[in-house]
Amino acid sequence: MPKVTVDGQEIEVPNGATVLQACELAGKEIPRFCYHERLSIAGNCRMCLVEVKPGPPKPQASCALPATEGQEIRTDTPMVKAAREGVMEFLLINHPLDCPICDQGGECDLQDQSVAYGRGGSRYEENKRAVTEKYMGPLIKTVMTRCIHCTRCVRFSEEIAGVDEIGALYRGEDMQITTYLEQAAAHELSANVIDLCPVGALTSRPYAFEARPWELKKTLSIDVSDAVGANIRLDSRGREVMRALPRINDDVNEEWLSDKGRYMVDGLGARRLDKVWIRKSGKLQAASWDEAFKAIAKAKPGASIAAIAGDLVDCETMYAAKALLRAMGSDLLEGRQTGLSYDTGSLAAVNFNSTFAGIETADAILIVGSHVRWEAPLVNVRLRKAVKRGAKVFIVGPEWEPTYPATFLGGDLSVLNKLPKDVTDTFKGAERPALILGGAGLGKGALGACLALADKFKLVRDGWNGFNVLHMAASRMGGLMLGYAQPGGIGDIAKAAPKVVLALGADEVDWSAFTGSLKVYIGHHGDKGAHAADVILPAASFAEKDGTYVNTEGRVQFAEKAVFAPGDAREDWTILRALADALGVTVGFDSFAQLQAAMIAEVPALGEEGLASYGALPKADAKAKAEGEIAGYPIKDFYLTNPIARASAVMQRCSAELVHGEEIAEAAE
Amino acid sequence: MADRTPAPDTPELRARWGSFAWTEENRKKADWHIAKYPAGRQKSAVMPLLDLAQRQVGAETDTQGWLPLPVIEYVAAHLDMPVIRVLEVATFYFMYNLRPVGKFHVQVCGTTPCMLRGSDALFETCKKRGMSKGHVSADGLWTLTEVECMGNCATAPMVQINDDNYEDLTPERLDAVLDALAAGQQPKTGTQEPGRHTSEPAGGPTTLKAMVSANHDYRGEW
Ligand code: SF4
Ligand code: FES
Ligand code: FES
Repeated sequence: MPKVTVDGQEIEVPNGATVLQACELAGKEIPRFCYHERLSIAGNCRMCLVEVKPGPPKPQASCALPATEGQEIRTDTPMVKAAREGVMEFLLINHPLDCPICDQGGECDLQDQSVAYGRGGSRYEENKRAVTEKYMGPLIKTVMTRCIHCTRCVRFSEEIAGVDEIGALYRGEDMQITTYLEQAAAHELSANVIDLCPVGALTSRPYAFEARPWELKKTLSIDVSDAVGANIRLDSRGREVMRALPRINDDVNEEWLSDKGRYMVDGLGARRLDKVWIRKSGKLQAASWDEAFKAIAKAKPGASIAAIAGDLVDCETMYAAKALLRAMGSDLLEGRQTGLSYDTGSLAAVNFNSTFAGIETADAILIVGSHVRWEAPLVNVRLRKAVKRGAKVFIVGPEWEPTYPATFLGGDLSVLNKLPKDVTDTFKGAERPALILGGAGLGKGALGACLALADKFKLVRDGWNGFNVLHMAASRMGGLMLGYAQPGGIGDIAKAAPKVVLALGADEVDWSAFTGSLKVYIGHHGDKGAHAADVILPAASFAEKDGTYVNTEGRVQFAEKAVFAPGDAREDWTILRALADALGVTVGFDSFAQLQAAMIAEVPALGEEGLASYGALPKADAKAKAEGEIAGYPIKDFYLTNPIARASAVMQRCSAELVHGEEIAEAAE
Repeated sequence: MADRTPAPDTPELRARWGSFAWTEENRKKADWHIAKYPAGRQKSAVMPLLDLAQRQVGAETDTQGWLPLPVIEYVAAHLDMPVIRVLEVATFYFMYNLRPVGKFHVQVCGTTPCMLRGSDALFETCKKRGMSKGHVSADGLWTLTEVECMGNCATAPMVQINDDNYEDLTPERLDAVLDALAAGQQPKTGTQEPGRHTSEPAGGPTTLKAMVSANHDYRGEW
């Protein structure tokens, strides 16, 4: 732990810290462009110059200089000030003065730092360099004249995303950032370079010229596009969500967000259910709330009522439906829409126990039936980190393109019963072995066999739990905690042939099994569920209501309401509360706060943000065998996995262009 | 400076170069280069391999050679590298030609020492023969490029043609060199100044004269 002095203040810094980090620890702000905590050090922008003794009598790039014992660092001398002004002046030589028409304006590092550290005016009178725009796909808009060559975007795609596609061509003043042959950046995290770019060279294409940052209301929310529960910020103006940006949470998403989580929000404004609809003689017709409630009451469900939760619903909605069903005398709850029926007796057995931060430290990883890159892109980032630290990865299932070296063991699950020798050797020698079971594996009934493997390889040991199930639905863990699971899965519900089925945004269900039921769709998008429904009650999307979500690690997180739902749409719990009145039962809450309190009283873990505790793994049945062939993964198209994404024009375009390889002609701008 | 953008990715380009593969001899050379680096670090051989590929293209087209995109992709695949990383290297170094060049790539140094010693006249000489900067001459023989200092300032002005330097040039001497090349002969490389061997002072040593034939300790004379 070297001791250094920063501007006369003596501090101790961790081993391996840089001078820049030492300055930060001392509370000094160091301007920077190329340095980023989560990327390798490039040291090419020179904005972070400070004065360091001992050393040559010239300013030093603090981001690339290790802090050593006895260093005297100064950030406040005339030399440092002059150096910063000089660097700034050089950076601005070739940077256009187009802030008024630049989307980065108001949240631009270059703008901010030139105000804080630059000279008052420009002395440059020559011509400026100009660089042609580069096509980088449907999400990233480029204005390459603005690029200051910090190479953050290059380092991100190489180091974090693991997809080497952005590069710096040519040299010196002619250097240009581009993808190979201007192909679209085609990975699930591509848009993160927009946040990383310190200037307006890479900006958001769908959001181009939509708003200025200072007009936006910022709401803390949770991404519901997968079960990772990335922390996001919804920026809204009026009734419209303009964009979603990641928030920093080292335990969950670090500071990244998948392209789907970021860009499906335009789907919030399309194909919305904003009226009540009732099917009359085969056709959906607009109706009033009253008529709808009467129609449901007329079915006289009694205890013959079921609720099926969709992938995006919050715990409060699920609890409200549960309370309603309980009052009716039913417990026909299910959330696994596509028919999964794994045992939910122990939630620890269906949870991502290693945690995302923990899986980074695993040294042997067996993935069973999960296309991690599409099912949880941010977990794939963690796996890549683990591999960089030396972990070995084996995958059972059809091949996909991981962004790290991995060995595919084929799609036949029986391989789990007798793993090849190199796998068993790796696992026996591993200190932190981990297994990740995905949806495709769960679907083939591999849970038992995987638990048996957990036993065999001692995945649970002191301070380490390597048994993980990776879900894909934001509502899954919350649903399981609230009892949305039947022993036989959704098949049990179909068998019970309920008179009324409440579909809580359930869009992936095969409704042909419910022909005899009155299907009441409570949701926000005119998607598959609404098409099959007999009664449609328009509800709120995740952005339009407060709600609790539990991610696949069992992490309880709270999302806030950003905007109001459109038209007649109401928050889901109010609909269920009113439905209780229509059905003549009491559910015991009249406000959201009461509902939440009742839910927390029943499942206390939902009241505490952070990891829920599910106890120890259940005893494994050593004889459990896995069999069957994993023919494919549940996600066929990364960009269109939920009703919001399917309604989003941006996601549709991504799907067409990046998944299906269609050429999309650029409209002349 | 020559056009440093890669030749456009057209169907014709793909048709012509899509099936590029090492000749037997070059494959051995490539393996030899790769073997210089530890296993798993084969990427380090990217520069010699690009050069090798450029030479092979040159041999196939009877020019100095250049790097069509499919050839760059071939090298990337050979080294198991993302092709953008290889393109970065190819666009960085001026020795890699990204556009077709003529049989002789005439690179005239135009930096200050050469300019003071008459490089402007050398450009004139080249232009008179039908060369223009960045283009292949009509007969396919020449490509003219203006380059920055090649490190031969002591024998300025100089021209580099393919793998050889020609120094101490005058328009007449350059003409002679180019004539010889056009006629299929190999002119004398290096300095063209009669009596000069390499870059030693023209007309005999001017300093440290006592050291010419034997070592001499100057320290006492300081
Ligand atoms: S495009 Fe942005 S992130 Fe990439 S090098 Fe240029 S300034 Fe940096
Ligand atoms: S931040 Fe140190 S050189 Fe860029
Ligand atoms: S200036 Fe021409 S070789 Fe140095």
